Amino acid sequence: MVYLTRKAEFSASHYYHNPQFSAEENQRVFGKCNNPNGHGHNYTLEITVKGQVDERSGFVVDLKELKEIMNREVIELLDHRFLNKEVAEFKDLIPTTENLAISIWKRLQPRLSVAQLHRVRVYETEDLFVDYYGET
Amino acid sequence: MKAYLTRRYWFSASHRLHSEAMSAKENLRVYGKCNNPHGHGHNYALEVTVAGPVDEATGMVCNLADLDAFVSENILERFGHENLNMLNEFQDVIPTTENLCRELYGILDKGFAQARIEKVRMEETMFNSCEYAGGRELRR
Repeated sequence: MVYLTRKAEFSASHYYHNPQFSAEENQRVFGKCNNPNGHGHNYTLEITVKGQVDERSGFVVDLKELKEIMNREVIELLDHRFLNKEVAEFKDLIPTTENLAISIWKRLQPRLSVAQLHRVRVYETEDLFVDYYGET
Repeated sequence: MKAYLTRRYWFSASHRLHSEAMSAKENLRVYGKCNNPHGHGHNYALEVTVAGPVDEATGMVCNLADLDAFVSENILERFGHENLNMLNEFQDVIPTTENLCRELYGILDKGFAQARIEKVRMEETMFNSCEYAGGRELRR
């Protein structure tokens, strides 16, 4: 098994708010992230796929194809968007880094045919990232 | 849905690698420049990975504010700008990156109740790092 990782970047805004919490509870749990006007990050996405190296091409996956899928399924939908207001799943789901990683997995996993998705890593900042391996 | 959240922290500390069980000559041979009796320092990067189900109400494995507060109080304030050899933890343990990594894993694993500690990764410099997951194999 060989693992291959492709990076991409997107910038987006979000805020954290649970409508089932009181205003005080939202503030206590989410702190500054609860500002309803939103705030933004430069996210870095790392997609790792795994598979056998094709003998003819020497590839686990054609990087051009992987890049196109990542752009079409993820980057174009998230880049320069207000996640809570413009991305369908985050109307009812808090757009934390954890939920972003899971959501990106769900978007990419059915689109990959040659190689298997191994890990989605989302950096919210250089000092904070989440890994998701498709575990339920 | 199980996710792994990693937070990176920084602290600076000095240390000296020296074993009482070795002769002066052997210490010098094994530890080289790190055996300098006056000590030397590093900017350590500490990566803490917590793992667990993503809470439906918060969207989080654990609240980052809780992890930050715990690490700040129990690690950064205790180890930052200290000579590691002077601390209780390193009276009988040589403050290598390996031992520091295990020590910090222990503090987190015992004391942090809000999520399971998956692993601790320490960078002593940008050229060397150590990872410890309580003796378990690392998740790759």
